[in-house]
Amino acid sequence: MTKMHTLTPSTETSTDLDDLARLLTPDGERIPDRQLDPWISDLDTDAMRGLYRDMAIARRLDIEGVALQRQGQLGLWAPAQGQEAVQVGTARACRDDDFLFPSYRELGVQLVRGAKPADFILAWRGEMHSTYNPYELSLATPQIIIGAQALHAAGYAMGIQRDGGDQVAVAYFGDGATSQGDVNEAMVFSSSFQAPMVFVCSNNQWAISEPVTVQAKFPIAGRAPGFGIPSLRVDGNDVLACLAAMRWATDHARSGKGPAFIEAVTYRMGPHTTSDDPTRYRNAEQVAAWRERDPITRLEAHLRAQDAFDDAFAAEVESDADEFTAGMRAAALGAVTRPPIEVLDDVYAEPHSGIAEQRERFASYLSGFADEEAQR
Amino acid sequence: MSELLTMGKALNAGLRRALADDDKVIVMGEDIGRLGGVFRITDGLIDEFGAPRIIDTPLAESGIMGTAVGLAFRGFRPVVEIQFDGFVYPAFDQIVCQVAKLHYRTRGNVTMPITVRIPWAGGVGAAEHHSESPEAYFVHTSGLRVVAVSNPQDAYMMLRQAIACDDPVVFFEPKRLYHTKDEVDLGADIADAAPMGLARVVRAGTDVTLLAYGAQVATALDAATAADDEGTSIEVIDLRSISPVDYPTVTASVRKTGRVVVTHEAAREAGVGAELIASITEKCFHYLEAAPERVTGHDIPYPPAKLEKHHLPDLDRILDAVDRVLERPNSLSGVES
Repeated sequence: MTKMHTLTPSTETSTDLDDLARLLTPDGERIPDRQLDPWISDLDTDAMRGLYRDMAIARRLDIEGVALQRQGQLGLWAPAQGQEAVQVGTARACRDDDFLFPSYRELGVQLVRGAKPADFILAWRGEMHSTYNPYELSLATPQIIIGAQALHAAGYAMGIQRDGGDQVAVAYFGDGATSQGDVNEAMVFSSSFQAPMVFVCSNNQWAISEPVTVQAKFPIAGRAPGFGIPSLRVDGNDVLACLAAMRWATDHARSGKGPAFIEAVTYRMGPHTTSDDPTRYRNAEQVAAWRERDPITRLEAHLRAQDAFDDAFAAEVESDADEFTAGMRAAALGAVTRPPIEVLDDVYAEPHSGIAEQRERFASYLSGFADEEAQR
Repeated sequence: MSELLTMGKALNAGLRRALADDDKVIVMGEDIGRLGGVFRITDGLIDEFGAPRIIDTPLAESGIMGTAVGLAFRGFRPVVEIQFDGFVYPAFDQIVCQVAKLHYRTRGNVTMPITVRIPWAGGVGAAEHHSESPEAYFVHTSGLRVVAVSNPQDAYMMLRQAIACDDPVVFFEPKRLYHTKDEVDLGADIADAAPMGLARVVRAGTDVTLLAYGAQVATALDAATAADDEGTSIEVIDLRSISPVDYPTVTASVRKTGRVVVTHEAAREAGVGAELIASITEKCFHYLEAAPERVTGHDIPYPPAKLEKHHLPDLDRILDAVDRVLERPNSLSGVES
């Protein structure tokens, strides 16, 4: 009789913070990890300062987004504070021509891919669904349907195979998405076809008000091997670990070995969106404990220990962040809503008689206000 | 080079031609490779074009549709086979939230030239979930085009047009017509063909306009022949495209006849017939001589096979409705409503 391996956990290991790969302690001390170390052996202090800068700007633009929402400039905002390391670390590990499929919370990923200040506010303001051309940033429009983008990445990766390309497709999603059929189906498809794809699960502990223990009784990274996909569970607040893990994952996928999976264990410091009140569903002690694990201060401590962080650098980063957020504010205050007739644009790629008729009728209706507009 | 072909063979020829014409065309679905699909529509394609282009997928409809989205993102033109009409529902989220919206969401930067082939509707004595008529769900979704074929020539040409179209097309294939034969011009160029969105008057008439699509076109023609014996002239229109509908062709007919009957297998409430009649009423109110009629499936879950003939609109139910729009006293069920 073949031996049965039982993997049934006896405790809630989905939140275990010790069973994680990390390279920086919460105090910023560099610790060795035999598996991850080789992937960042080239990383000098300048590169680490770049990671710090990205994370600091991502944090600031997030704060600005919340402020703009509170001031009535945006309809909604989905804060990402606390998740800067996984977003910046993994995105920085990608090549410019790797195609990324983010969720709506991947602010740091958008930033790294080259999104402009206006890109962060025009969608939440309701001016347009997609602010940038996905092909210019190799970045899909942030996905709102939970987990749908995992399949898009799997399909894109199948397309890379058929083109003979050496790019990688990446799907970003949260812990809640791992309960969705689409994420599981994406693991089946990408594994069965050995597609060059990386799954990045930002386990931020909460799916709106539902703790990760409602989604998983076992470490999320533990699921992937069941699909034939190797996985790593890393400290999502350690940008070096996230970068190293993603370099391992993209290298694995790029070299024809099929998909790889990363679970980055992190914490969403704010609400799910500006519409919910996290004090209703989680306690202050938990939030305070996670504040001690802040990804930005962790890297700062590490850099300071190497005399690679001084006031001049801090001021330079602050100035960059000021400039970026000023751009967001200017884009919000200066936003000009498109003409009403454009609501009917781009529904179809080719002429469509139904839309053409409605457009004609709406244009005629709008023209009835021409005199009124002229008198203003 | 016209040939007598079944609709199934015509569809197979259409796929082969599309694959040969454009190497970005990819065919994907469950059992479509070695088996050639449960209806053999993809028969032999894997031998000719190879596994990279003819993809036997895992058994997951949302997975098939979602990966098709990714392939389209990458510049491919996926042709997805949903094995049976009733299996499209697990893919519904990807179709209505992603396939239909990505062009609009990205302001035209991303196109989704995906063709969703669905062996469709009843009349073949199938098991539960194998005879559904879900077209109204897709017609109601902006960003999709929805077509239904009624004969082998259209099957051959419209499938190629759908694949060449830069918009997503939900392509309904009446499975009870898979074995019906007709002449197909295999040399035809899609550039010369009637656009996919055009309706066709398949039988001219003067008294009543009868609108149908898919397998119901044949039933409508049977009804028109029977009515002709009684001296009633019915004009039968095969809509071919049910989103968008070719209203110029439809309204020209209604303005001529003043009376209209719509027939489809799908349930009545909020069905395609309701939309057609609302639009016809808006466009032709002063030409109408009588209230338009719908002859549809009942508002019931699809019944067991032994009872389906009582659900599917047949020649007699259509003629009954024709009597009503002609305000004839001999209507079988002409009760005041």
